[in-house]
Amino acid sequence: MTGVDQLNQVYFDGIAEGQLRIQRCGDCGAHQFYPRVVCKHCGSEQSHWIVASGQGKVSSFSVVRRGVSADFPAPYVVALITLEEGVTMMSHVVDVEPDQVASGMAVTVAFRPVGGADTRPVFTPALASR
Amino acid sequence: MDLSNVAIVGSFETDLGIVADRGPMALGVQAALGAIADAGLDASAIDGLITCNSLVTPVMYHAEATAEYAGLTPDHCLSVGTGGGTTYTALRYAAAAIQTGLATTVVVSMADSMRSFMTRDRAMAVQSSSGHPLFEQPYGPTVPAYYALIARAHMDAFGTTEAQFAEAMVSSRAWAHQNSTAQYRERVTVDEVLASKPIADPLKLLDCSIVSDGGAAVVLTTLERARDLPHAPIVLKGYGEGHHYEHISQATDLTRSAAVDSGKAAFKQAGIEPADIELAQLYDCFSPALLIQLEDLGFCDKGAGGDFLASGATRPGGVLPVNTHGGMLSHCHPGNPGAMFGLTEAIRQYRGAAGTRQLSHLEHTLLHAQGGIMSSHATVVLGRAN
Repeated sequence: MTGVDQLNQVYFDGIAEGQLRIQRCGDCGAHQFYPRVVCKHCGSEQSHWIVASGQGKVSSFSVVRRGVSADFPAPYVVALITLEEGVTMMSHVVDVEPDQVASGMAVTVAFRPVGGADTRPVFTPALASR
Repeated sequence: MDLSNVAIVGSFETDLGIVADRGPMALGVQAALGAIADAGLDASAIDGLITCNSLVTPVMYHAEATAEYAGLTPDHCLSVGTGGGTTYTALRYAAAAIQTGLATTVVVSMADSMRSFMTRDRAMAVQSSSGHPLFEQPYGPTVPAYYALIARAHMDAFGTTEAQFAEAMVSSRAWAHQNSTAQYRERVTVDEVLASKPIADPLKLLDCSIVSDGGAAVVLTTLERARDLPHAPIVLKGYGEGHHYEHISQATDLTRSAAVDSGKAAFKQAGIEPADIELAQLYDCFSPALLIQLEDLGFCDKGAGGDFLASGATRPGGVLPVNTHGGMLSHCHPGNPGAMFGLTEAIRQYRGAAGTRQLSHLEHTLLHAQGGIMSSHATVVLGRAN
């Protein structure tokens, strides 16, 4: 994949194994996403990978009514998901009517092909909120 | 040399809107030469040229290619990176070149042709590529969707309504209606904005800026030289930048941008406060961007941007005229050069040449531009030379 270096490859290998991998700093303990060679909080190079719990909340979202390309038939839900570990990532919310998505909604990671291409982490409503 | 000893002495806009007979390079050259002529200068007086690359037909050495096409042989050429905020960043670097003696007279010229020389699908793809290539773009976000994330967060945090966002276009068209160069001039109502085509909830078509062709340029020189030129010099009183993140998924606060920092720095250097601003030329790429800038720059309290817009404050006759040319929502938005027209309109207002939309009194103008997704911010305070 274009632009994937050895560091990022760990994240993508995790997807293949059904794991959402994020970094945790060995010095300050902060989590970060996306992966970096340095901790953005303290500058340490001692970050290591952990498997995130996969639980999170929708911090904001948009139901896209005009898709970016033919690979993305509208409507689809682009969301910012804040994981239990405190990091935020962009993703999709799936397995729910777009109009039922709300900020603050509890979600759980799943792994699905996105945009007719590679498998990526997406999020579904958490069991308790279904 | 003090920043306020640098003056803007020339200004020019090309044909705007749909300009199919010439491409971005031709428009940029036309703008540059037009601004030099407006300043009453000969091309040989120009020793610095700053341009922004075209998204439609990017070239490796853009400023150099512009100089070559125009027949200019400046001592200094600089092509700045892409993005709205770089418009006023380029203005500041032009001023810095003059302050430090690197150059004496600098042209800043920007143009692009997103409307006529790019398909809608291609324009969508190019603009969406501002997202992180590995961790955002794979999810198919559109630029309206990025700003929709911000709009939703503002609604959640402060109870802002879609009708309040719609006021941005109502205000924009009220001004554009009076500007013959604006691409869209029909007045609209809040209900018409709300009924326009859904793009990325909660944003509709009329919450989004337009797609245009066009170019604009300005000429800067020392205040001392400016005294001998035809137009009354306009000076840079203050400048600030702020950069909190680049990609929207890395924002720590979706409703508070680095415009807080850029605005504070610009006001501090100018020695004035938001209440002293009589004209604000803001970056209205999408309605929530305008609303949040009004808050972050101190024109209203955080969370009160919706009420402020709905009060009519930014419209003709309001307490804070905003984007009197019509802004990027209605006037012209060729891509990266969009904020240039906020500057050229401000110059027109200072010269008393703004026709029916002319402000009766103007001392301090605030210019603000941002790039990325409310990411990189630049604020300028303009004033008249003493």
